[in-house]
Amino acid sequence: MRYHRPTSKADALAVLAAEGDRARPLVGGTDLLVGLRHSTIAPTWIVDLKGITDLPEPITLTEDGIRIGPTMTLGELVAHLDVRRSFPALSEAALTVGSVAIRNRASLVGNLCNASPAADTVPALLVLGAVVTIESVDGARTVSLADFFLGPRRTQCHASALVTRIDLPWPPAGTGSAFQRLTRRRGVDLGTVSVAAAVSSDGRMSLGLGAVGPKPLMAEVAEPVDLTDEPQLERVLDQLLNVAAPITDVRASREYREAMLRVLGKRAVLAAAGRRTRMEAA
Amino acid sequence: MSPAQADEDPLTTTSTVTVNGTARIVTAPAHRSLLEGLRDILGLTGTKSCCAEGECGACTVLLDGKAVNSCLVLCVESDGHEVTTIEGLSECGPTDLQEEFLNAGAVQCGFCIPGQVMSAEYLLRTNPAPSEPEIREALSGNLCRCGGYARIVAAVKETAARRAGDHD
Repeated sequence: MRYHRPTSKADALAVLAAEGDRARPLVGGTDLLVGLRHSTIAPTWIVDLKGITDLPEPITLTEDGIRIGPTMTLGELVAHLDVRRSFPALSEAALTVGSVAIRNRASLVGNLCNASPAADTVPALLVLGAVVTIESVDGARTVSLADFFLGPRRTQCHASALVTRIDLPWPPAGTGSAFQRLTRRRGVDLGTVSVAAAVSSDGRMSLGLGAVGPKPLMAEVAEPVDLTDEPQLERVLDQLLNVAAPITDVRASREYREAMLRVLGKRAVLAAAGRRTRMEAA
Repeated sequence: MSPAQADEDPLTTTSTVTVNGTARIVTAPAHRSLLEGLRDILGLTGTKSCCAEGECGACTVLLDGKAVNSCLVLCVESDGHEVTTIEGLSECGPTDLQEEFLNAGAVQCGFCIPGQVMSAEYLLRTNPAPSEPEIREALSGNLCRCGGYARIVAAVKETAARRAGDHD
């Protein structure tokens, strides 16, 4: 295995173009080194992106939203006050990843590209409307995060490409968001079920679902929901959660996941709606 | 050409790492972890090797002042950076934090303790007056098979109080 630490994006993309799936990009390494250790991956090139000087900054605030570069760690994300204020679901989700030491290395972009169906940050990014920029020697293109995932460990970012940024639009005024996750233990465990919710000021809502399908899922309702109307909320939840297709694995049975998805889904919606109300009152 | 790549053998890397304040040159195959570099090449065996996949925290060190799992960092990634291991926390003798671990009876078999101490030291440097939930969150990546968590948390609390001058 060769280690390469390019200083330019062009150099990194050229190596990836030449080596294809024999090369692996590296940022935090918290998934990559586990793969090396278990020989589930055996790259002949490691391309470390941390020395590149012309990639987008870790985080940039713009008029339209925030832009996150490939080297933004989850630790930096958790500590970022603008993220906490405007994208609370993402802050909460990032805080559930691994442990302090994991978050000090792991990158948000890496969490996406690893493409685990249980990736903690993805449900939040889905409901927050994330757009991903994928670059290769052939150029750059953008895809919505909802279209980014193809299946377990498979994305639209093929082996010769890099995700160079994630864009999140500022949420519409009054929108609230929240994230809920169930694990067997707090630290260093993968999510058994995770749900992110965004609720707009007039009661339209979207849910992002993790670990209940072959890839992270999203569902939304276009019509406003009266959250004080319990039967209506239950019907909407039925409809939204219908996309889930959980399986039984080492962490939980299908039935348990289905039951807990319902519980967490409602909690996430109510928590998101609560934040929305507070913002209106303020 | 990466600065860290050795000239002759492309599979071997040579890194200059500041370990506990001293510049060290480490030559290792590219796939070797920082943990292996510290223990097997530099002989700093205070950092423990346990799960080697980022689950247990026994290998926690400070990389440029931040707590990381050294099993999840390539040795060559530390080229040009600063690493502090448990051996580097004090010139001689235990630190106040290590003393409080002993005072609290937080050390049973002792295997997880270097990692616990490094995570706790990182917490106290970044948050000198942590609440109990904050201490538990900070140490949630460090497993203790003896189950000594309550005393470990107490030791961290005591150290925070001591550093704040609440004791003689």
